[in-house]
Amino acid sequence: MACCGCNGKGNVAVKDVDKLDEILSKYEGIKGSLISILQDVQGLYEYLPEEALNYVSEKTGIQRAKIYGVATFYTQFRLDPVGKHVILLCQGTACHVNGAKAIEEAICEELGISEGETTEDGLFTLTNVACLGCCSLSPVMMIDGEVFGKLTPKKAREILKEVKASEE
Amino acid sequence: MKLIVGQGSCGVAAGAVKVYKALEEEIKNSSADIELGTTGCIGSCYLEPIVDFIDDAGEKTTFVTVDGEKAKEIVKDIVAGKAKENECIIGDEDVEAMAKQKRISLRNCGIINPENIDEYIEAGGYKAIERCIKEMTPEEVIEEVKVSGLRGRGGAGFPTWFKFNAARQSPGDVKYLVCNADEGDPGAFMDRSIIEGDPHALIEGMIVAGYAIGASEGIIYVRAEYPLAIKRLNIAMAQAREKGYLGADLFGEGKFNFDLRIKAGAGAFVCGEETALLESLEGNRGMPRPKPPFPAQKGYWGKPTNINNVETFANIPFILANGGEAFAAVGTEDSKGTKLFALAGKIKKGGLVEVPMGMTIREIIFGIGGGIANDKKFKAVQMGGPSGGCIPAEFLDTPIDYKSIQETGAIMGSGGMVVMDETTCMVDMAKFFLDFTCKESCGKCTPCREGTKRMLEMLERITEGKGEPGDIEKLIDLGEFIKTTSLCGLGQTAPNPVLTTIKYFRDEYEAHINDKKCPAKQCKELLTYTIDPEKCTGCTICARNCPASAITGTLKETHKINQDLCIKCGKCYEVCRFGAVAVE
Repeated sequence: MACCGCNGKGNVAVKDVDKLDEILSKYEGIKGSLISILQDVQGLYEYLPEEALNYVSEKTGIQRAKIYGVATFYTQFRLDPVGKHVILLCQGTACHVNGAKAIEEAICEELGISEGETTEDGLFTLTNVACLGCCSLSPVMMIDGEVFGKLTPKKAREILKEVKASEE
Repeated sequence: MKLIVGQGSCGVAAGAVKVYKALEEEIKNSSADIELGTTGCIGSCYLEPIVDFIDDAGEKTTFVTVDGEKAKEIVKDIVAGKAKENECIIGDEDVEAMAKQKRISLRNCGIINPENIDEYIEAGGYKAIERCIKEMTPEEVIEEVKVSGLRGRGGAGFPTWFKFNAARQSPGDVKYLVCNADEGDPGAFMDRSIIEGDPHALIEGMIVAGYAIGASEGIIYVRAEYPLAIKRLNIAMAQAREKGYLGADLFGEGKFNFDLRIKAGAGAFVCGEETALLESLEGNRGMPRPKPPFPAQKGYWGKPTNINNVETFANIPFILANGGEAFAAVGTEDSKGTKLFALAGKIKKGGLVEVPMGMTIREIIFGIGGGIANDKKFKAVQMGGPSGGCIPAEFLDTPIDYKSIQETGAIMGSGGMVVMDETTCMVDMAKFFLDFTCKESCGKCTPCREGTKRMLEMLERITEGKGEPGDIEKLIDLGEFIKTTSLCGLGQTAPNPVLTTIKYFRDEYEAHINDKKCPAKQCKELLTYTIDPEKCTGCTICARNCPASAITGTLKETHKINQDLCIKCGKCYEVCRFGAVAVE
């Protein structure tokens, strides 16, 4: 069974099964914990791998359909892996009024991807978010937890170029 | 002597952490005897990062828009006894704007260290709950809230005492208290600022409410997108437990046990609706339940539950410590107390403001917010986010109270106030909000799921220049239909931005539909780009950047745009260094 990496703990090939078990034991017996479980699972893998969800289903007895339903209902959950740097582009009202659309176009052109996609080299993922709550700095984006405010299309391109340059 | 750095999310985004480090380093280097502290959001986001200096006599000096270099200068000036001469000192106008506010729910924000319970206690904290448990019955607590006239600050404005009482009267041994901190309105950050700046105010408010309704467990449902708020809440809850304000037998009176826990939301606007929030708390998709039964009768796991938002709870300790009448003395006849607003958009001084009810919208936007950025003309203000509406210039003198705002077609909402100027297209704005509610519709009921989609499609057509006569009437018909037939608040309010913009800016819709023009020059498909031969120097930069090869011309000669090929991307306008590209 060593071939699939599950160390014989189950019939699904899932990485870091020990850590997954740890998460599940933390919520054992607490009803209504599915969202918290999924948040922790995403914290572990950066996204929700199908194998991990199947494993959660098997161990908790929650139906796969229900897990998938919850995972696709909330914007926080991702079913695909993300790039090394996640760009969260704010689409709040203040940012919209102050030109978030032009920023999105500039980022998409600079990286050659659309919203929700990851660049081929796996460096960037662009995700639109409803509001980062930094309205007085609009338009705003967040890269790896750092906020960049008062953006212009030019400034956004320069920031991305800097991140790219730091990778070379 | 003490230096305090404002470290709310917006302060941090503006560079407060770097400022803190620079201050720390400079204090160390100059071996000055200055204590360094942290506080939450003071509300003046446009002035961040903000540093307060308290001298030995207790006098405060405020420094604004500080950066790493300026921070060092501040320490040097303090050491040299010249703090008042520093270039970063706050302007008189900004001090005045602050003085026009009345702070009840923000009473400690930007003053105390949110991670230190002792500072909250020193400021009079946890006195309210002590009074409740030692001197009052739950019924008396509810009566005090009734006297205050407090109404829910989450949007609908339901009297708080009534909700408390309904949960109190509901039969059952187990009852729950829930705080809705799922601030999903894009453009609003009131709840976040309270939690980051004064988490104990929320915690104490919840303990009082728990005592009033007879709940021993409270849950705070907070957005996962607010990591700093969650962190500070966790710290505050641990400190409150240690001091015995949370846990078993509070104040040793043998009357009341209460504890709190946090549940991080996972991002769904509809979860601001109370029954959807309950579904989410139970680990399901956040889809609303039909009402009745109301949560006060059958809520979390079928038990009587009271749900209120952060601002509402943050007002409660003030009411119980100072009496309901002190709160009711502020505000108007039907709307008591203060209201928080997040001022954003095309405004000079954006940030968080707390004003007495009854203040006019004009006073908030122009008196406190400093008016419109770049001195452009005011066009409208959006209140209540995607559930609210646009209020035009002729209603600027409307006082802030539940009834007056509702009469304009908007709603008080949770406090988002996004200001728009003449360059904002109202049709595009309506489309923006509808796009949001359409995506956030949970899909349970047909009017909301299908109706918002059809309305959005119509608006998309209109902004693309494919509008047809009769579209406006169709939008109104469908909008009214969705409002009256949707299951929950999301659908019942989703058409509001469209209906209010049609009501007040119908001419803009007509210009899009009949003349195929966007008066605010925002809707791309309706624009025409031309090059002014007088200004064009023939630098070729536009031609080189045009993705559609629609621009012709050679070096040092006037360039021209072929309108048949132009895709209206605006690239030429963006790159031209001579302002030669005109947009019509």
